[in-house]
Amino acid sequence: MKEAWDPLQARDLAIGHAGNVLADRINLSLPAGELTALLGVNGVGKSTLLRTLAGLLPPMGGQVLIGGSPVQALSAHERARRMAVVLTGRPAGMLDVETVVALGRQPWTNRWGRITPADRAAVDRAFDLAAAQDLRHRTLATCSDGECQKVLIARALAQDTPVMLLDEPTAFLDLPNRAAVVRMLRGIAHGQRKAVLFSTHDLQLALDLGDRMMLLCAGGALWQGTPQEAMASGVLAQAFNGSGVVFDAATGTHRFTG
Amino acid sequence: MRGKGLWLVFFALAGLVLATVGLVVGSADLSLHQVGEALAGRGEETVRMIVLQVRLPEVLTAAAAGAGLAASGLLMQTTFHNPLAGPGVLGLTGGAAVGVALVMLASPLWQALPVSRDLLAMAAALAGAMAVLLLITVADRRVGDGVTLLILGLMLGYLCSALISVLQAASEAGALKGFVLWGMGSFGTMGLHRLPWLLVPVAAGLLLALTLVKPMNALLVGEEHAASMGVEVRRVRRTSVWVTGLLAGTITACCGPVAFLGLAVPHVARAFLRTADHRLLMPGTILLGGTLALACDLVVRMPWAGGMLPLNAVTSWLGAPVVLWVLLSGKNWFRR
Repeated sequence: MKEAWDPLQARDLAIGHAGNVLADRINLSLPAGELTALLGVNGVGKSTLLRTLAGLLPPMGGQVLIGGSPVQALSAHERARRMAVVLTGRPAGMLDVETVVALGRQPWTNRWGRITPADRAAVDRAFDLAAAQDLRHRTLATCSDGECQKVLIARALAQDTPVMLLDEPTAFLDLPNRAAVVRMLRGIAHGQRKAVLFSTHDLQLALDLGDRMMLLCAGGALWQGTPQEAMASGVLAQAFNGSGVVFDAATGTHRFTG
Repeated sequence: MRGKGLWLVFFALAGLVLATVGLVVGSADLSLHQVGEALAGRGEETVRMIVLQVRLPEVLTAAAAGAGLAASGLLMQTTFHNPLAGPGVLGLTGGAAVGVALVMLASPLWQALPVSRDLLAMAAALAGAMAVLLLITVADRRVGDGVTLLILGLMLGYLCSALISVLQAASEAGALKGFVLWGMGSFGTMGLHRLPWLLVPVAAGLLLALTLVKPMNALLVGEEHAASMGVEVRRVRRTSVWVTGLLAGTITACCGPVAFLGLAVPHVARAFLRTADHRLLMPGTILLGGTLALACDLVVRMPWAGGMLPLNAVTSWLGAPVVLWVLLSGKNWFRR
């Protein structure tokens, strides 16, 4: 049964910054319980789209609806109760992992950030879901890039929101860690009935593990569909072909040519 | 967290001990009993005079100034994601010094005003610090990168000292000496009647700093993450900057441009508490700031110093090595 509102929608959205529109007339919808991959070549506006959806950048036109309400009309606090965001770059500082993950409870704690037993339980659940229990008593400075990514995802999970947006969570990771992170996101989307969107350059991971794909093409058009549809439609070939990459629609794989 | 909380108790106790020593030791050595009697309003007239009019104000000034400068240093370091941020480095004290110089060195300008010079100097110092803050906030919105901002602060500091040197060259010897002495910093010039001018704004600033503990923690994982966790980043940044201005401006007006306490104390507190969590670090920094300022004040007042040791010489000898140690030992808690 389809719910009245998908947790996150965009209507006639135009994105960009400093007066430059990167893409416009974007209509999209993130359903609960599905993992969506956002692809596109460098500079096409993936990060801008993600940040605009997250309410961190103002839309240049149209609107982003979260649970049916325009994201710009929500206070940062209300927004944080509905949507968690993981961005690239690792936080600096002498913080232990447990404290970082507990920061995810901020939208739910009192003005001093006091952690109640209920918050403690949510943090514990987040550590379980992110498979990060073993990192709990480490400091962030001692974590590898992959571990750090897990910690940031656990923090977003502790926020306990119906929507999760992640900007290139697999950047800087080796192959096994990339697979592990995306499999974890898929498990979270399916198991927790969350709408999860992640941007990536990892076409194969998106095709193999994503429920849905969004392809932001140069010129600002946004293609949406399932991985199967993406392979069948030739849109991938169109987006990535040329400049040394050949896409084979029959097998759903790409090759690099000399 | 609980074990680390013991450090806070330790800092507070050390502060109390140093404050007591500060009341007892001085040019005239008093006994603990005499000090107690004087504080209770009994005992010899001269002893009461020394304790209540001279030593108590000095001890309270040192504690308040140290706590306030340390808190403002921590606020700046977290807000600008920069371990070298502090009221001195960002040009705040320079701005305050220009304000004070205008009042102390260009006195003919103010003769007509029916306000006391002390009060005027204080208002001017606050205005100077706030003006620099305003520039820093505007610039921060444009450049957004910590190093550029620090360089901007340093340059503003140079501009301020250039302006001051022009005023100095044109002023007469008496005023000049007064200003130079102010520039060396001192906790001993407040006196009982002027004490509220320092204590009230500093208390307000410290309370506000404590209310920022939760958003400051969120800022540690980056501004955008903080925003996604419900922090109104702009508002918090603005509050943090104005609280710093209030604290550093007031303290500079009252005690002169005290060097290094704001920059160094948060690092010492982090080294003890081994955390960047502001729920511990903010109260820890405040207590340690007060305590270390009391220690510096005691050194300044040591009988062998003969009252010739400027406060800034002492705080710099304490602070500069700490900053070097932070940079060279890899104990920079901001590293990625």
